Amino acid sequence: MSTPITIERRKAVEHLLQDRGDMLVVCGLGSSTYDVFAAGDHHANFYLWGAMGGAVMIGLGLAIAQPDRQVLVITGDGEALMGVGALASVAAQKPDNLSIVVLDNVHFGETGMQKSHTAYGVDLAEIAAGCGFNSTETIYDYDTLDAFTNIPNAPSGPRLAVVKITTDNPPRALPNVDGIYVKTRFRQLLGHAPC
Amino acid sequence: MNDLQPQRWQDDIFEALKKAGVKQVPYVPDAGHAHLIRRVHDDADMTPIVLTTEEEGVASSCGAWLGGQKSVLLMQSSGVGNCVNMLSLVTNCNFPFVTIVSMRGEYGEFNSWQVPMSRATPTSFQMMGIEVMRCDTPDQVGPTVDAALYSAFASEQKIAILLSQRLIGRKEW
Repeated sequence: MSTPITIERRKAVEHLLQDRGDMLVVCGLGSSTYDVFAAGDHHANFYLWGAMGGAVMIGLGLAIAQPDRQVLVITGDGEALMGVGALASVAAQKPDNLSIVVLDNVHFGETGMQKSHTAYGVDLAEIAAGCGFNSTETIYDYDTLDAFTNIPNAPSGPRLAVVKITTDNPPRALPNVDGIYVKTRFRQLLGHAPC
Repeated sequence: MNDLQPQRWQDDIFEALKKAGVKQVPYVPDAGHAHLIRRVHDDADMTPIVLTTEEEGVASSCGAWLGGQKSVLLMQSSGVGNCVNMLSLVTNCNFPFVTIVSMRGEYGEFNSWQVPMSRATPTSFQMMGIEVMRCDTPDQVGPTVDAALYSAFASEQKIAILLSQRLIGRKEW
C-alpha cells in the first residue's frame, strides 16, 4: 500500500523558507521558482526560468564559494532528473552546507502533466544515497519536513530530500524574469559589486 | 598524446589561473588538460570539480560567481555540444565565463568520431554568444588565457579558448 500524498507544494516551500535566516536559495525553473517567489521575494533567491538541469550544479558552485552559509536548492522531479549526473558531482565534493529538496509530484507540470520517471518507480533519494550523499530521505508529512528544515539539528550535508507532493497546480507567481537583475542583487547581498 | 612530459604552456595556463584568483576548476578530463588538472588538485587554494557532463560545469561556474568566486571550465571539444542550452544561463544573466577547450578531431586525428563536434565547436559557442579565441602555438597560450580571464572577470565577457590539436600534439594510437 502506498503512503497517501498530502503535502501541498506551496505549503511545503513556506515551511522550508519560514525561518531561512541567511540561507541562499536556488530554485529550478517552472513551479519551484513560482513556489519560492510566492513564499516571499528575497535577494538571496536565485530564480531560474530556464537552464533546465542546472539548479543543483549552480547550488554546488555557490556552496563551495560560500562555505559559511547554508545553500538550499529547491527543484522539481523533472528538473532534477535532467541533471541527475549532478548528484554524483555533488557527492564527489561533499559540501556540508548544501541541501537539495526535490518537490516530487511525479509529473512534468509545466508541459501538460506528463508522468515523469519517478511515476514509474525511479527513486531520486536512492540515487543520491548511492552517489554517497550524507543524508537522504523521502518526506510525506509536514512534521518530517520541518525536522529537515531545522538545519542546525540536521546532519551535515550534502543532504537530499524528496518531498512527495500532491499534483495541485496553484496560480503562477512570477518573479522578475530579468536574470541580470536577479544575479546582481544576489551578489550585492553578499557584498560583491557589479562589474 | 604524451601527458607524462608537461609542456611549458600547460604551466602557463595554471599560472594565469592563479594570477587571476580562480578558485573553482570544474572539468571533464582530457589528456591535453591532464597536467593542469593535476596541478589544480595539488593546490590547496583551488577546488577541482570532476563532472559527469560538461554542462554541469557551465552551471557550477555561474553558481561560483553568484557566491563571489571565479571558476574556469576545462573540457575537450567533444563536450562542447553538451553545453549549448546551459550557455543560455551565461548569456541571459550576463555571467562572466571562461572555458578552455582542448581540440580533438583536427590536426592529425585518427579517430573520425571526434571530427563532427570538433568542426562544430567554434560555431556552437558563437551561436550562443560566446567569443572564441584560439591558440595554435605555445607562446600564444599564457597571454591568451591571461587576457581572457581579465576580460571575463573585469567586464563580464564570455570566452572560449580553443587549444588546437597541433599545439597539444596528436594522439598516438
